[in-house]
Amino acid sequence: MDLGTHAGFIIASYAVCLAVVIGLILWVVIDRKRQEADLEELAEQGITRAGAAKGDTGQTGPKTSEAAKA
Amino acid sequence: MAIWDYANPTRFLRLVQIILPWLIGLCVIAFAAGLYMTFFTAPDDYQQGATVKIMYIHVPAAWLAMMCYSIMAISSLGTLVWKHPLADVSAKAAAPIGAAFTFMSLVTGSLWGKPMWGTYWVWDARLTSVLVLFIMYLGLIALWRTMEDPIKAGKAAAILTLVGALNLPIIKFSVEWWNTLHQPASVMRMGGPTIATSMLIPLFVMAIAFTLLFFVLHLMAMRNEILRRRVRAMRLKAAATARPATVTATAQPAE
Repeated sequence: MDLGTHAGFIIASYAVCLAVVIGLILWVVIDRKRQEADLEELAEQGITRAGAAKGDTGQTGPKTSEAAKA
Repeated sequence: MAIWDYANPTRFLRLVQIILPWLIGLCVIAFAAGLYMTFFTAPDDYQQGATVKIMYIHVPAAWLAMMCYSIMAISSLGTLVWKHPLADVSAKAAAPIGAAFTFMSLVTGSLWGKPMWGTYWVWDARLTSVLVLFIMYLGLIALWRTMEDPIKAGKAAAILTLVGALNLPIIKFSVEWWNTLHQPASVMRMGGPTIATSMLIPLFVMAIAFTLLFFVLHLMAMRNEILRRRVRAMRLKAAATARPATVTATAQPAE
């Protein structure tokens, strides 16, 4: 595989993309761990999500954005 | 299956749990195939030489930058018109991913431009309109961070997103409406692609890989946003429960 006289530009392009993709993956993974840690901390304090069981029944078509809050 | 079936965040999270491993697997396979073709089977361009390999990441990144904003615009309609509960979650989760793809497109375009055009940057219509798209993404991320209430922030961001969507046709047709250093469309154009099949196939495989990567990251970011809103709702509920007790404990008789 010969990348020619402009190999530096090709390698730099792929390196930047790789760095950005790794950054995005780290962002979602770390953010998830943070949210789960927060939920666990709240659960330890005895604060639970009211209506979680009700949410599992699968209400459909709410006309407000409030459902996304809960 | 109606989209309203997934208005319930719990049901949506269950769906994500099921399809995410499959999407990740497909994404890894698509990238492996695309990168193999890019570096081992795709020929060099007769003019650009091996520098054409930058195209296999630049073009999919640019497509995804626009697709992501289109998804945000549709989500914004979902927020303002249909009031779908997950619409602003979708839009908010997509913004950083779209910004990242736009950044990739700008940087790889710049790195291709230097050896091919002799310059990293020119203020032509295509490059400038994509830079505007990047700034729009950053502005929307800032707007969401500025407002504490996610529902109010979602509505404000939805309006701004729809206004910014006017930039999408400008980006697409900029190379036809104005004289630009950036070459005109050579894949998605009337009359079919002008690229050789031996280059077109790796490009499509890489585009599929980028698209799968977007959906993987988008679903994961949406899941995080739903969890963040749950944490917020629970903290607000806890604070509301604790407040009357605190007020009673600290109440002083009026003098």
